[in-house]
Amino acid sequence: MAYSDKVIDHYNNPRNVGQMDKSSTEVGTGLVGAPECGDVMRLQIKVNPETQVIEDAKFKTFGCGSAIASSSLATEWVKGKTVAEALAISNTDIVKELALPPVKIHCSVLAEDAIRAAIGDWKKKNSVGETEAAAVAAAH
Amino acid sequence: MSSNGSNNGLIVTESATQLPEGVHLPIYMDNHATTPLDPRVLDAMMPYFTSTFGNAASRNHSFGWEAEKAVEKAREQIAKLIGATSKEIIFTSGATESNNLALKGIAEMYRERGNHIITQVTEHKAVLDTCKKLEKIGYRVTYLPVQADGLIDLEDLKRAMDDKTILVSIMFANNEIGVIQPIAEIGKLCHEKGVIFHTDAVQAVGKVPVDVQAMNIDVLSLSGHKIYGPKGVGALYVRRRNPRVQISEQINGGGHERGMRSGTLNVPGIVGLGKACDICGEEMASEAKRETELRDYLRAKFEKALDYVHVNGNMEHHLPGNLNMSFVYVEGESLLMGINDIAVSSGSACTSATLEPSYVLKALGLGDDVAHSSIRFGLGRFNTKAEVDYVSDKLIDVVSKLRELSPLYEMVKEGIDLSKIEWAAH
Repeated sequence: MAYSDKVIDHYNNPRNVGQMDKSSTEVGTGLVGAPECGDVMRLQIKVNPETQVIEDAKFKTFGCGSAIASSSLATEWVKGKTVAEALAISNTDIVKELALPPVKIHCSVLAEDAIRAAIGDWKKKNSVGETEAAAVAAAH
Repeated sequence: MSSNGSNNGLIVTESATQLPEGVHLPIYMDNHATTPLDPRVLDAMMPYFTSTFGNAASRNHSFGWEAEKAVEKAREQIAKLIGATSKEIIFTSGATESNNLALKGIAEMYRERGNHIITQVTEHKAVLDTCKKLEKIGYRVTYLPVQADGLIDLEDLKRAMDDKTILVSIMFANNEIGVIQPIAEIGKLCHEKGVIFHTDAVQAVGKVPVDVQAMNIDVLSLSGHKIYGPKGVGALYVRRRNPRVQISEQINGGGHERGMRSGTLNVPGIVGLGKACDICGEEMASEAKRETELRDYLRAKFEKALDYVHVNGNMEHHLPGNLNMSFVYVEGESLLMGINDIAVSSGSACTSATLEPSYVLKALGLGDDVAHSSIRFGLGRFNTKAEVDYVSDKLIDVVSKLRELSPLYEMVKEGIDLSKIEWAAH
């Protein structure tokens, strides 16, 4: 299978690998996928409580090169965005950026799921509702 | 690494540009998929493309006679390797055709006697898909399970046999995990019950001793390109006495191969197959010893350097050149991506549309996650110790890097039981 240069680049030089303190209220953790499916992504975000800007992101992924690249790219993209802006990232953006073939689209879906799961976890910890987050985003 | 520096692997180091002596990239270590043609085989074949190009079925001139002579010599060479007589060898286009001819031909010929066929779950698709086709036209097929080590249980086979059973088809050695089935015991059982025994011996012929007499094999499939012969040629052994096995032809035409397989013979291919068998007969013992040593060395290096690695399949009843290992918590395709200057196979089918890992590994009872982490190494005649060193060092390096990236490895290291986690399967 031929990989795009961008997939190869993320595979060779994955961005933002690591983990953050799961128990911190500023950190949201998303763990998606399943070992038996051959893909597990863990994406973490660190959110500024004042601005709701994602100041840091980390990931670790068990999966094929496209899954690694999708999650690596996701961490790059969410950094510096507000929570509401990050929620707007769609898997089709990832497919386009990495030139994923149809058989690898599920990798991008999983990366989108990971972003949403991490944000969901952070919201739960901080009792932030949808409207509240949107309001903060609108204020920027 | 390639000299132009366009390496797509995970690790690009300075030292990688200075390859050890005897190592040329890419390294081929996928000899169960196919093998390179032995130069001695090519030499034997060459005249039959140009000067001695006759049709072996041309009875009335020397071109035909020369071709026929060469074909008959090849028949002898093949028969000798498996303990058969030359009249029992039918040439085909390869093992897939041999398996189709055997199963369909026997099913059709013995339909009056019964409609039950027994095979097992880790067969090659050439057997499994043929059985599925036969099921659609009224045959009954029992797919025996395998045990955790890949071997069938003979008691299961005994229990599956009934008065309608006409054929047992069990592969000699498995193409993924290299496990060798108890062929002589199966043959004995079949002969006691008066059931025809076919074996797909594509991976075994030329690698380990095969004797159709001692093992009571009635029908056997073999292929040229797995034994350093050419692609596009194979053979089917069909027993002629004790008992005489009959096969309904599946390809009609000029009545070649005693009516069992019509079509002009692929003379250069057949000459190559014969020569390949001849060389295997001469060199099998020393080659098996050498490949077994290399395989054990490769395995030992992995086990020394890495945790959470294990071999798949029974290692006692095993092909010399096969090693199937799982590097748990690393996904197979990402592993292959990091070793793209090495040709091996993965049990992960992440590239396939189904996303299903190897059905052979699953049949052993391995979890999908472990199956996704498996790599098949196929050592062959032309692999060297220097190559084995390069492959193992590179793989250890890439596995270590990918585990740094693996949330599963981190969780296991932290003492988390992965089976207790509620995964959101997608």
